[in-house]
Amino acid sequence: MLLSNLRTIWLTFLHLFRKAVTIEYPEEKEKLPARWRGRIVLTRDPDGQERCVACYLCAVACPVDCISLQATQDETGRRYPEFFRINFSRCIFCGFCEEACPTYAIQLTPEYEMSEYVRQNMVYEKEHLLINGPGKYHDYNFYRVSGLAIGGKAKGEAMNEDPPVDLRSLLP
Amino acid sequence: MAKTAKITVDGKTYEVDATKNLLEVCLSLKLDLPYFCWHPAMGSVGACRQCAVKKFRDENDKVGKLFMACMEPIVDGMIISIQDAEAKEFRKGVIEWLMTNHPHDCPVCDEGGECHLQDMTVMTGHDYRRYRFKKRTYKNQYLGPFINHEMNRCIQCYRCVRYYRDYAGGKDFDVFGVHNTVYFGRHEDGVLENEFSGNLVEVCPTGVFTDKTLGKHYTRKWDQTYAPSICVHCSVGCNTIAAERYGLLRRVQSRYNGEVNGYFLCDRGRFGYEFVNSPKRIRKPLRKNKETRQFEELGSEDALKYIRKLLSDSKRIIGIGSARASLESNFTLLSFVEKQNFYWGESDRNIQLIQKQYDILRNGPARTPSLRDIEKCDVVIVLGEDLTNTAPMIALALRQSVRQEPVQSATPYRIPHWQDQAVRELTQDEKGPIFIATPLATRLDEISETYRAAADDIARLGFMVANSFSDRSPLVSGATDEQKKLSGKISEALKKAKRPLIIAGPSLQSEAVIEAAANIANAMITSGKTCELCFTVPEVNSMGMAMMDITHQGIESAFEALKNKPADTLIILENDLYRRAEEQAVDSFLGKFKNVIVLDYLENSTSLKADAVLSSGSFAESDGTFVNNEGRAQRFYQVYDAGENIKESWRWLRDIMLNSGLHEFGKWKILSDFTNALSKAMPVFDGINNITPPPGFRIAGEKIPREPFRYSGRTAMFANKSVHEPKPPEDIDSPLSFTMEGYRGKPPSSIIPFFWSPGWNSQQAINKYQIEIGGALHGGDPGKRLIEPKSGKTPAFFTKIPQAFSPRNGDWFVVPVYHIFGSEELSVNAPGINELTPKPYVMISSEDAGSLGLTSEKQIELEAQGKTYSLPAKLNLGLPKGLIGIPKGLPGMPEIKTGSWVRLKMG
Repeated sequence: MLLSNLRTIWLTFLHLFRKAVTIEYPEEKEKLPARWRGRIVLTRDPDGQERCVACYLCAVACPVDCISLQATQDETGRRYPEFFRINFSRCIFCGFCEEACPTYAIQLTPEYEMSEYVRQNMVYEKEHLLINGPGKYHDYNFYRVSGLAIGGKAKGEAMNEDPPVDLRSLLP
Repeated sequence: MAKTAKITVDGKTYEVDATKNLLEVCLSLKLDLPYFCWHPAMGSVGACRQCAVKKFRDENDKVGKLFMACMEPIVDGMIISIQDAEAKEFRKGVIEWLMTNHPHDCPVCDEGGECHLQDMTVMTGHDYRRYRFKKRTYKNQYLGPFINHEMNRCIQCYRCVRYYRDYAGGKDFDVFGVHNTVYFGRHEDGVLENEFSGNLVEVCPTGVFTDKTLGKHYTRKWDQTYAPSICVHCSVGCNTIAAERYGLLRRVQSRYNGEVNGYFLCDRGRFGYEFVNSPKRIRKPLRKNKETRQFEELGSEDALKYIRKLLSDSKRIIGIGSARASLESNFTLLSFVEKQNFYWGESDRNIQLIQKQYDILRNGPARTPSLRDIEKCDVVIVLGEDLTNTAPMIALALRQSVRQEPVQSATPYRIPHWQDQAVRELTQDEKGPIFIATPLATRLDEISETYRAAADDIARLGFMVANSFSDRSPLVSGATDEQKKLSGKISEALKKAKRPLIIAGPSLQSEAVIEAAANIANAMITSGKTCELCFTVPEVNSMGMAMMDITHQGIESAFEALKNKPADTLIILENDLYRRAEEQAVDSFLGKFKNVIVLDYLENSTSLKADAVLSSGSFAESDGTFVNNEGRAQRFYQVYDAGENIKESWRWLRDIMLNSGLHEFGKWKILSDFTNALSKAMPVFDGINNITPPPGFRIAGEKIPREPFRYSGRTAMFANKSVHEPKPPEDIDSPLSFTMEGYRGKPPSSIIPFFWSPGWNSQQAINKYQIEIGGALHGGDPGKRLIEPKSGKTPAFFTKIPQAFSPRNGDWFVVPVYHIFGSEELSVNAPGINELTPKPYVMISSEDAGSLGLTSEKQIELEAQGKTYSLPAKLNLGLPKGLIGIPKGLPGMPEIKTGSWVRLKMG
């Protein structure tokens, strides 16, 4: 009985000389893995254009319904969100939006310092969400894969596409 | 069910309709069987090979053979399997082939989330593209302001061509190319000519044809708030689904009603909705500043206070109702101003005609057919109506009725009628008899025998036909040879008809035409045959107004009455008087009142003259009841809550009444109170309070949700305004809720906000709502017929035959020209419709133009009612001599009275 108590005290004493696990946050910051589910961003494709095509899949995947957006398109037919809003006071950082995103536009990042004194400030619009790079996925460019023609990419110019069919040809 | 048979599907035995094909039967049994090329309205062609099932010879046959379900007639004792492994593998393979060239587009495709191809791909289990080669691509075409074309997505099911050419009778759309590169489109870029092109959006199983107006403010199917609605753009009363998000009306789709519009809508009905989002919308009550003559916006409370002030010192209030307002709104105004002060806001002439039509239907022996009945009629006579432009969906129905007779020729060859390709091959271009008598060429001329004449001559032709069936209808003297020959032919066809139909209407402003139509129907019925009688009316609720117990006096009567007995306040309900009567007359009429109060949703010439304007809800923000030309009362529901400043007209009027101290109306709180009061006050409307479930209706204690259960963004939609989410609006008037919460099963047929079923996200989910494919909805098709024929009584015949029309030298007789895009007041405010609206013109027959030395597009001076107008001329080949066509209702077109004589001067 006494021996056990002494052993515990001894072990605790030994821990004085171990490396500390805790860090002095906020002076010191933890580096989190790249796949950490923190602050949500909207990324750009390798051409520097908005990746989001406003397909609404993130919004519908969101279990707390905290994403809302409106699609619009430019004069060349390229779809993009007119507005894109995330209410972070509702967000549970589940990452479903990222999983649902067919264009790698919406991504969760390791950043976690998002606290606010005023709840209204937790509502992020597109200007707060859109970053200037491709995020975790460097090469993917949805419009180079899809069949839709947009400015700078006509029909048949996407990856793995034949040139448009010539309807006047009767050749097999 | 005509003939039944017992079939066994996957070991279960069912009793089914033996006249249908196997696919229809399986879908009627609510079994999931994928398909593409088959469409319930268009029959089977067996092109896509998607609905393969295993068929076994008998119980001992364990191997079986693959068959296409859509091409298999039902045989008693049939044994089939949908779940058979080989059949499943085959169906999966077919989808895999179809998908080899399908682009990686779903995120940017407007069909995504309501795509039949997506549903079927998921249903068959195909999930990975093994095909490593390049995808085929196409160039798209510009198809006009309504339809977006994206040919890459095509899976070559041929539904579009079959719909556009075979069903809707379009000419400028076809399939081009060969083998693996077939192309569906026009011969060149251009606006699709057919007036029913919008249905391509719903007919196409994927995203080749999508709604361009929706694309401009795109929202996915799961994100829209829906309500069952009624189209307000003509008198047919097609059932629609209207959808909203963020306070903007997003689109209108067809709401299946087996008795009315079935699967389809016309383009005016589908794309006219954008008037609701028009910048001309009145979104807040307005008060005219006495000094500056400018409108100032008011809150709803202040507006009511202001109106109370206006009304408190009025001695007599005149109310003007409207045929584009609901029964409830008109009834509330009627209750407020009382019968002697209530005028139906329509010209006296039109009221006489509509009233006459209603009296004929009410007292006569002929039944008024529903749209579905019209499709089934085999001989049709149209007197004086250009249906494509005045009641478009009737024109589409007539394109089906001309097939009734030829299709019968398939029976001796034992070809089932759903075998579309075989039946069309057999019947070729054969058409059943249809006769159209109008002054101008119509779009239906290509399927009919035509007679071009003035209204009086059309009526004379009608009277001649009537006389050949019964002597009680008077004899027409002095008929021309052409008339004699044609009337003989018509009588012959009618004698052979199994289900004849007469269609007429008030378009030509001729009582004689209506009387002639009634006489034909009456004469046929007294001679022991059947005959149905269909009348069109000008507006969505014209028939409802005719049925109301009011004085049936119009605008001109109101002008007259005011001269004898002055009044100081005028309340105008959803009506632009300048479309009903001459400008000067309306000006002087409005000038006689101290206060003019207008309830409306779009700014118009009348609302600009008002002292106070109350912001009424359009069909999208209102509940109410309309009666269509058939006499069917149908309910429409508010799609979204537009805030306290936009209210139904009946609610505004109730508030005005309460404010003026009429406390007995305090018990009118919700829609059903108004409807109950109406049906009590006017027994003719008995039963309209039961056409939809009462507001207290619940299933398992829950309301019916207007939003799909996947509705997204609820905690972010309004977060830009405030992060504190507002309480969802409540609907006190109906069993529908404004949210996604509620009963998730299938609601009663009259309150279906949208069609959806697990695994069936597209409009094809309608299959799950029908008792039998293509038949009635579960619980019966919505709406209640209020007019039924009087049998047993000998009908009264009309005896006044008009004189034959004789042209006058130097004068021209005005006939109206209607345009599907442009003649209707509301839809013309939709940008797409506006784009297709013609500019003002006058139409002259080529013959007359030749003698005048006139060429097309040349300006001519037209002298009418003491005024001179300068308009460009359009030449028309078929127009009889001495007639001049004046387009009706076009923006910028002066109102020139139909049936008046005008003079021409060369410009």
